[in-house]
Amino acid sequence: MNLFAQALAWVFDPANWAGPDGLGIRLAEHLGYTALILAISAVVGIPLGYLVGHTGRGRNLVVLLSGAARALPSLGLVTLLALWLGLGLPAPVIAMVVLALPPILAGGYAGVDAVPRTVTDAAKAQGMSPLQVLTKVEAPLGLGLLMGGVRSATLQVVSTVMLAAYVSAGGLGRPLFLGLKTQDYPMMLGASLVTIALALALDVVLAGLQRWFARRGR
Amino acid sequence: MRTSIQSTSAAGRGGVTRRRALAAGGAAVLALTLGACGSSDPLASSSASGSAASGALVVGSQQYYSNEIVAELYAQSLEHAGFTVTRQYQIGQREVYMDQVKAGKIDVFPEYTGNLLQYLDKSATATDPAEVLSALRRALPSGLSALEPAAATDQDSFNVTKATADQYGLKTIADLSKLPQPVKIAGNSELAKRPYGPEGLKSAYGIEAEISPVEDGGGPLTVKALKDGSVPVADLYSASPAIATEGFVTLEDPKHLVLPQNVVALASSKVDDKAKAAIAAVDAKLSTEALVELNRKSVEDKASSATLAKDWLTQQGLL
Repeated sequence: MNLFAQALAWVFDPANWAGPDGLGIRLAEHLGYTALILAISAVVGIPLGYLVGHTGRGRNLVVLLSGAARALPSLGLVTLLALWLGLGLPAPVIAMVVLALPPILAGGYAGVDAVPRTVTDAAKAQGMSPLQVLTKVEAPLGLGLLMGGVRSATLQVVSTVMLAAYVSAGGLGRPLFLGLKTQDYPMMLGASLVTIALALALDVVLAGLQRWFARRGR
Repeated sequence: MRTSIQSTSAAGRGGVTRRRALAAGGAAVLALTLGACGSSDPLASSSASGSAASGALVVGSQQYYSNEIVAELYAQSLEHAGFTVTRQYQIGQREVYMDQVKAGKIDVFPEYTGNLLQYLDKSATATDPAEVLSALRRALPSGLSALEPAAATDQDSFNVTKATADQYGLKTIADLSKLPQPVKIAGNSELAKRPYGPEGLKSAYGIEAEISPVEDGGGPLTVKALKDGSVPVADLYSASPAIATEGFVTLEDPKHLVLPQNVVALASSKVDDKAKAAIAAVDAKLSTEALVELNRKSVEDKASSATLAKDWLTQQGLL
């Protein structure tokens, strides 16, 4: 299609990659935000997921809360938070953490949950402390499932962090919105294509990691 | 258990027909979905329904609440004059709806003189309201006319807080040179490409500007950004009620960089003298103050355009 050809031409035009407003910077911002959001979500979500999985307590609450969080419309959340926190990164980062947390949390507790009872019992019988059982048995065995959660969170964040541009924070959403508002559809589609390529690339890397962890955990 | 028995017995006799029916239903749903996708294609040039009988007019509006209010004022005034009105509101931006207007699918559209002129003639140089109007009338394609504009204007304006204005002694856009350069301006991302964007500010006033894109069209996020000092300057529409309620200072534009934007009805050839009179009656009474007040009621009281228009027209003795 003609529009796709134009969009691809836009993407592959080196002039669009250079400069302070170029795709290079936008792509770096986009990746940086994604990494930051995933790091925050992991720091919060993984220990919490392990705790829930290990103790078996609070599971219903976590499932309920994370399910509800997933249902929140991200644009509404970004707007609401930005009205409170102002322009810039904080609002989209918090909104995206809310989006990324449920799958990571679920990956964490599902991974621990999936370890057979006999295995943890054996570990306990060897004299392992609860912390040792978690760190030496449950966590390594559950890594494959946890990575699955991280992978799904990454995909959602990398595609939704477009909204950062709605509140001046940049990222690949900037050319997308600019293209939309000025009827520059090749630019709009080009920005989407770069994001899709980025999402696919990240997913391939994470799928590889997941497989590697799953094999190691076996 | 019971359901599984039922479905097994059903599969014995009517299973095949049912499966076929399901498949047909699925295909129908798919066709409907595809059809829906097709008609909402943002690149398609035609989707609005045309009006058929004479005495029937289609009134359109931009995807901007204030524009919809003006459209509704026209619509109700036309209905009062005996016309049957079809409303096609919230149709995005000029680049999208102008094709519809040119194709005769929309008969009446509230417009803004300067921006419409710049859209039709990128090299237009007129800057004062009367010149802009005559240039606009020359630039309009045949079959379309611009009626007499209202006194009300609704244009991009550069605003600062009272504190900033006092601190730096800001009165006009040129005074922005007193601020640290580049000056950050919050506004929709398209401002970066408009003639009164960074390029225009540089050539007309020597200001280095940088756009902080906030995609809510001068809405609450843009207002908040100016209020909390994230940006020193914000692009707000001059009819925005926030300018008065927040005590913002609108910078004067002595060089007419931002073109005057009087509210004007764009009309197709189907708009006859009687319809023109109904629209003119509205525009004759529509001052900027009236528009700001209508906008304020819409933003603060969440009143619908239909209610606002009805109340205002009644109050003005037009209904």
